[in-house]
Amino acid sequence: MSLAFAYSAVLAALASGIVALGADLRPAFLKVGSFALLGVSGVTAVIGGATSLLTGSVYTAQLPLGLPWLQWHLRLDPLSGFFMIIIGLVVSAIAMYGPGYVREYQHGKQPLAVLGLFTGIFIAGMLLVLIADDAFAFMVAWELMSVSSYVLVAYQHQHAANRRAAFLYLLMAQVGALAILLGFGVLAGAGKAGDFSFDALRHAQLSLSWGSVAFGLALFGFGMKAGLVPAHAWLPEAHPVAPSHISALMSGVMLKVAVYGFIRFSFDLIGNVHWAWGVVTLLIGSASALLGILYALMQNNLKRLLAYSSIENLGIIFMGLGLAMIFIGSGHPALGVLALIAALYHALNHAMFKSLLFLGAGAVISRSHEGDLEQMGGLIRRMPQTTVLFLIGCISISALPPFNGFASEWLTFQAALQAPMLSSGVLRSVIPVTAAVLALTAALSAACFVKVFGVAFLGRARSRHVRHAREVDFGMRAGQALLAVLCVLLGILPTWVVSALDAIPQLLLGSGLPNAAAHGWLWLTPISREMASYSAPLVVLGVGFAWAIGWVLMHRQRSREQLRRGYPWDCGFGALNARMQYTSTSFSMPIRRIFAPVWRVDEQIDEVADKVQPLRVASIRYQLQIGDHSWSVLYEPLARAVLRAARLIGRIQTGSIRTYLGYSFFTLILLLWLIT
Amino acid sequence: MIAWLLALLQTLLFIAAAPLLSGWLKVAKCRLQNRSAPSLLQPYRDLAKLFGKTLVLAEQASWLFRATPYIVFGATALAAAVIPLVAVRLPTAAIADVIVLVGFFALARFFLALAAMDIGTAFGGMGASREMTVSSLAEPALLMAVFTLAMTASSTNLSTAMQYTLDSGLVLRPSFLFATLGLMMVAVAETGRVPIDNPTTHLELTMLHEAMILEYSGRHLALIEWAGQLKLMIYAVLIANIFLPWGIATTFSPDALLIGVLAITLKLLVLIMVLVLVETLLAKMRLFKVPEYLHLAFLLCLLGMLSHVILEAG
Amino acid sequence: MMLENLSLYEQAILLLAAMVLFTSFALLAQTRILNLIRVFAWQGTLLAVTTGMVAVVSGQHHLYISALLTFALKALLIPWMLHRLVLRLDIQRDVESVVQPAVVLLGGAALVVFCYWVALPIVHLSALITRNTIAVSMAVVLLGMLMIITRRKAVSQVVGFMSMENGLFFAAMVSTYGMPMAVELGVAFDVLVAAILFGVFFFQIRASIDSLDTDRLNRLHEVEE
Repeated sequence: MSLAFAYSAVLAALASGIVALGADLRPAFLKVGSFALLGVSGVTAVIGGATSLLTGSVYTAQLPLGLPWLQWHLRLDPLSGFFMIIIGLVVSAIAMYGPGYVREYQHGKQPLAVLGLFTGIFIAGMLLVLIADDAFAFMVAWELMSVSSYVLVAYQHQHAANRRAAFLYLLMAQVGALAILLGFGVLAGAGKAGDFSFDALRHAQLSLSWGSVAFGLALFGFGMKAGLVPAHAWLPEAHPVAPSHISALMSGVMLKVAVYGFIRFSFDLIGNVHWAWGVVTLLIGSASALLGILYALMQNNLKRLLAYSSIENLGIIFMGLGLAMIFIGSGHPALGVLALIAALYHALNHAMFKSLLFLGAGAVISRSHEGDLEQMGGLIRRMPQTTVLFLIGCISISALPPFNGFASEWLTFQAALQAPMLSSGVLRSVIPVTAAVLALTAALSAACFVKVFGVAFLGRARSRHVRHAREVDFGMRAGQALLAVLCVLLGILPTWVVSALDAIPQLLLGSGLPNAAAHGWLWLTPISREMASYSAPLVVLGVGFAWAIGWVLMHRQRSREQLRRGYPWDCGFGALNARMQYTSTSFSMPIRRIFAPVWRVDEQIDEVADKVQPLRVASIRYQLQIGDHSWSVLYEPLARAVLRAARLIGRIQTGSIRTYLGYSFFTLILLLWLIT
Repeated sequence: MIAWLLALLQTLLFIAAAPLLSGWLKVAKCRLQNRSAPSLLQPYRDLAKLFGKTLVLAEQASWLFRATPYIVFGATALAAAVIPLVAVRLPTAAIADVIVLVGFFALARFFLALAAMDIGTAFGGMGASREMTVSSLAEPALLMAVFTLAMTASSTNLSTAMQYTLDSGLVLRPSFLFATLGLMMVAVAETGRVPIDNPTTHLELTMLHEAMILEYSGRHLALIEWAGQLKLMIYAVLIANIFLPWGIATTFSPDALLIGVLAITLKLLVLIMVLVLVETLLAKMRLFKVPEYLHLAFLLCLLGMLSHVILEAG
Repeated sequence: MMLENLSLYEQAILLLAAMVLFTSFALLAQTRILNLIRVFAWQGTLLAVTTGMVAVVSGQHHLYISALLTFALKALLIPWMLHRLVLRLDIQRDVESVVQPAVVLLGGAALVVFCYWVALPIVHLSALITRNTIAVSMAVVLLGMLMIITRRKAVSQVVGFMSMENGLFFAAMVSTYGMPMAVELGVAFDVLVAAILFGVFFFQIRASIDSLDTDRLNRLHEVEE
């Protein structure tokens, strides 16, 4: 029954792609038909996922598709149901947002049909990845997802930079997919021969070394797709250049599919995790979280900044998963459950607020035609409602109570603080340090989003387009509002979320988190009430209470006076203008100086002296370029090595037909020799 | 029920006493520097004056600018509500643990920084940028100190942790020594005192916190100032009660509560004297010396954590 | 081991061990030469106090003498000699730049964790209450070495060397309640002689390469580039 919802979600997504084919004749096909079908897909995905997650039941089926001897195994269990809810929620928001947003592309050079078609395939691919229950179906769906998103990244291919980003994206996706395929191969090699269904892989008997190989391949493959450091460089290139609702899908949802794959592979298929794998995951996660936010802080392009911040959040999710592995591997499954739930919760939250922020960025960019923070400003007066929604996203992503980002990071902290339970002293001292890294990350992300919101929405407009920006239409606001409301609700009701998520650890580890909601829905007590408790509803109530008292006290005074407006303090030099404001670059300058070795900073200041008075500076030219070390350390040497190898192999291409025939001849001889 | 009532009373006492603590700080500082001191109640008079004044808003100011003082005050007051001041085991302490407490401060700071950027002056942006930088370095050190405590008491709940320290009696913990020192250093940075920031400065280029609230006036300014005093008191109470909880009331009998009030008053008096001594002896440091200071604070907290693992739990 | 079950004296030993560790970090971070010597003197003082404490706990009387000797040598005499040397060499105002101080300090913290890990098997052998301080004293030795590596000036390197010796002394005292008196006396006078010799060397080095920056000695390498 539940699977029927999943099928209909996939089919509706595919149908929306097909309907969109008519979009270039009549845009209504895309704007009305296609997005309505996407809405259907989103809602059915949520229903299907929720039935499985809330009841904790598993549905399986086999479809006569694929290879003759290998039918497609499909399965919907709480884990895939949970991720299906994530996809469904974001797709529903996009279905509302899309019709207004694609108007911008209506008169563009690219056919709308391509956008609609591949959006449908992309979403269908992601849904299929979740319900795939054998390696073959999984890889087919995975490739469907990767290739269709490649087309979407390359959608605006008139810019050379976009083509390059798309190529890099495809390359990385394929390398990652290859690693995943090899990982499945390792599992299948240890299991029943020729059986690639997940059930068979699950029962494969792996030695520790082969298990580590499989885990390493999975971490590499899924980690690459998730944009973990040091393989992250493709992500901030590829995600921002797609249309904004696609960026939201890629950053908010597709990265979660990679997380799903990682959880499915290591917790479910490999099964008995080793604690050392957890340490590796934890360290890579911490590095991604810290470096991701530090790189994000230096960006001036809004969407690029959001993409870098996705690396940070994925880092936090992998920190949670790493902690879960450490605890499970050293015989504390109950604590592992806590860390796993924290990671899943953060995955859900990140999907909500990152999609919200990308949609908000899309709204701003579509109205102001300006993606550069240095050109924005003052949008709070031009786009008041989008501003409020974007602010909710900013607060959530900065992990401030009582919003959702805080709830999941709080759980991650709680999991990390259980380190004294471990017997290994080294782990006991390393895990709190990673918790401090998480604290640094959270604080830096608050700084980062103060910068984003402050520079883009507050102050004065820095360019003409921005000064004349208008509020977006109702559908676009509704799409964002849906996500914003979810951000607030997920923050205020963490106990409900945590109890709903309980089915997943029940499925994977056989135990849940019994005490989390033991003291009623008001109190979130992950381990026990004495250990730690947090009551988000009472926090909201308390802030509201303080606000109400203040309002009542101030009210009498307020009714008497009228407001006076004055000029802001300008040091007595006369009117301030927009160019005197702090910019995005100047905001992040202190952090750039403190963490200088993290980036490849190329800063040039040319001063031209005045001709008459040589001591007076007539003009200053300031150039700043901030690069990512991973390019010079990892990608470029790798690219050079590949080119060199290609040149070596290229020598066998002589151009003479007889040589080529000789190759075939010797290959034939070799093969014949081998088979005898 | 009586417990909830007591919790409410304690919160009100906290909020009401905060200006007094700042008054004491000013008096002590003046005396130490051989100046004639203002009255102990001067902060109350200043607040009353500000509340009575007409509001002057910058012409650019949006709703965010006007909402911020209330959010800042609300978040800080809520933080005050969860900290055991005179008694442990109050029900409000369970609302939020110490990590949430740090979150409240972050929330207040987030909005204050946004409000500073709302006007679009260079000072606002400068203050916001510097404050966010300093706090992002201070926050890990703060949490590290708190983790040391949490790992010792195996609870992040302030009330439970204090109870644990009380129950275990006099134990010389190397970790607590380092964590206290680290927490003190962080507190100085977070409350904007010398040597990180000078709360009395009026020279624009040296301001951190003051640059952010430059455009505020009237009751908005009063609320922000009050929240600042509250924050100072919160940090002082945290340091005093986490590491030296003796005297705090464990039952709700009147004499226990009275002893609790006296004990915390005494502890705060002494703590403020230490702060005054530091402020008098040191000069404000350059902005780019601040990271070194905070690195030292972080190192202290890290050493606290390590010595807990190695020497105490070993 | 629960800290609560130990006597106050034993707790104090642990506390002092942690403080000795902290002075090692302070040495690592301190860039002014006179302050460096001052911190070194404090480390010596803490060492002497710890020795006294151990003497009280274990009831071994020769440790009192060793505590007095430590105080006289490491807290007073050697710092005083170094101080005089710095004044005579006229380098008291030199500020040394440490490359990436935060990274060096974090590296030091990682060293502490490493020492803890290395010392674990030894710790299980010992039954003394102070056994956990073995990791700390080892860390003090390694931190002294780290200091020698990260510094350029000969004086700071000598202080690093001396603090290494402090670590060794500390290790001997806390793991076995002190070495035999003869050995201790021998080591103490060795250190004193070393300090005097270093003083002579400083003048020699400065006379021959015009600086106390040991990086200048790089010029003496074999291969010409």
